[in-house]
Amino acid sequence: MTFLYLFFEFFKVGLFAVGGGLATIPFLMDIANRYSWFTQSELTDMIAIAESTPGPIGINMATYAGYSAGYDLGGVFFGVLGGIVATLSLVLPSIIVILIVAKVLEKFKESKIVKNAFYSLRPAVIGLLLVSLLGVAIPIFFDFSKTAFLEIVHLKEIVLFALLLFGILKFKKHPIVYIGIGALVGIIFKF
Amino acid sequence: MKELLTLYGLFFKIGITTFGGGYAMLPMLERELVTNRKYVTMEEIMDYFAIGQCTPGIIAVNTATFIGYKRKGVLGGIFATLGVITPSLIIITLLASILSFFAGNEVVKHAFAGISVAVCALIVQAVLKLSKSGIKDIFTGIVALVSFILVFFVEGLSPIIVIIASAIAGVVFKAISAKKEKEDK
Repeated sequence: MTFLYLFFEFFKVGLFAVGGGLATIPFLMDIANRYSWFTQSELTDMIAIAESTPGPIGINMATYAGYSAGYDLGGVFFGVLGGIVATLSLVLPSIIVILIVAKVLEKFKESKIVKNAFYSLRPAVIGLLLVSLLGVAIPIFFDFSKTAFLEIVHLKEIVLFALLLFGILKFKKHPIVYIGIGALVGIIFKF
Repeated sequence: MKELLTLYGLFFKIGITTFGGGYAMLPMLERELVTNRKYVTMEEIMDYFAIGQCTPGIIAVNTATFIGYKRKGVLGGIFATLGVITPSLIIITLLASILSFFAGNEVVKHAFAGISVAVCALIVQAVLKLSKSGIKDIFTGIVALVSFILVFFVEGLSPIIVIIASAIAGVVFKAISAKKEKEDK
């Protein structure tokens, strides 16, 4: 039964996540809220691994999320199966849509309606991604269950974040570089 | 059948050498498909990318389906797509099963705590990059703000509804402003 839900949920992600790999994050976060397949903090780990391994990010995320969901059901074998089901369900809408578009390529490229829809679809994706960002970031930088200021605000994390963001915007190296730095700093300063 | 397997192998190679996704696979596509095999021209690849960005799904997969379809029809599209996703399936599954053994390890925990900070910074960069191309005027700014507020404050609101509503809003807004322009003339 879970596999049927897995198929259905990732088919929806594939159908509605427009604009590349990171656009899948809001949808995966929505799944994390509604099912017990993986938590929001596990999702952060998944993003890190998806960014630092070969393969398109969106596909890596689907395989990992599917594995995670299946693993909870019955170990490694179900995990592998879950990864395959989630990944295939994610790409199925793409295949269907592209095969249709390929036939009417010229019309699609010139279509005013398509252009106008995407004109306001892109900023909506930005809004969605911002919400996901807050969902990922707030538990990392703050702990509202504490009372003392220094316990509520995680200064170490905030300093590292500021330095990394500066580095990313300034040097534009591959994401894996910053992920590596994050891991090293995390180990050395015991995050 | 032989050409289908060639397509599968070709996109397997492209998948395993792509780090990141989207535009990161462009140099590989160019070398394998334009220079080495002359399957498509660079202009066609840019077209596929543009369409891949405005159709649902992962851009890398959309491009693979397109090129496969062009070579060998529907089956070609399917084989190329399976090729590009196979490396991810193998590598991620292996990693995930290894990691679940180390999940309790202290060093691994610290490492991932540090990594999650890096992930936040990377998402901020993605948001900034998207904003440059996506927020062009007041209307698109409002759409971004409204969709943020809606999803943030309305619990359980599916992102799917926001995506569909924003697409409709764009079509309607453009239709109204086109009509106004006509009347002004």
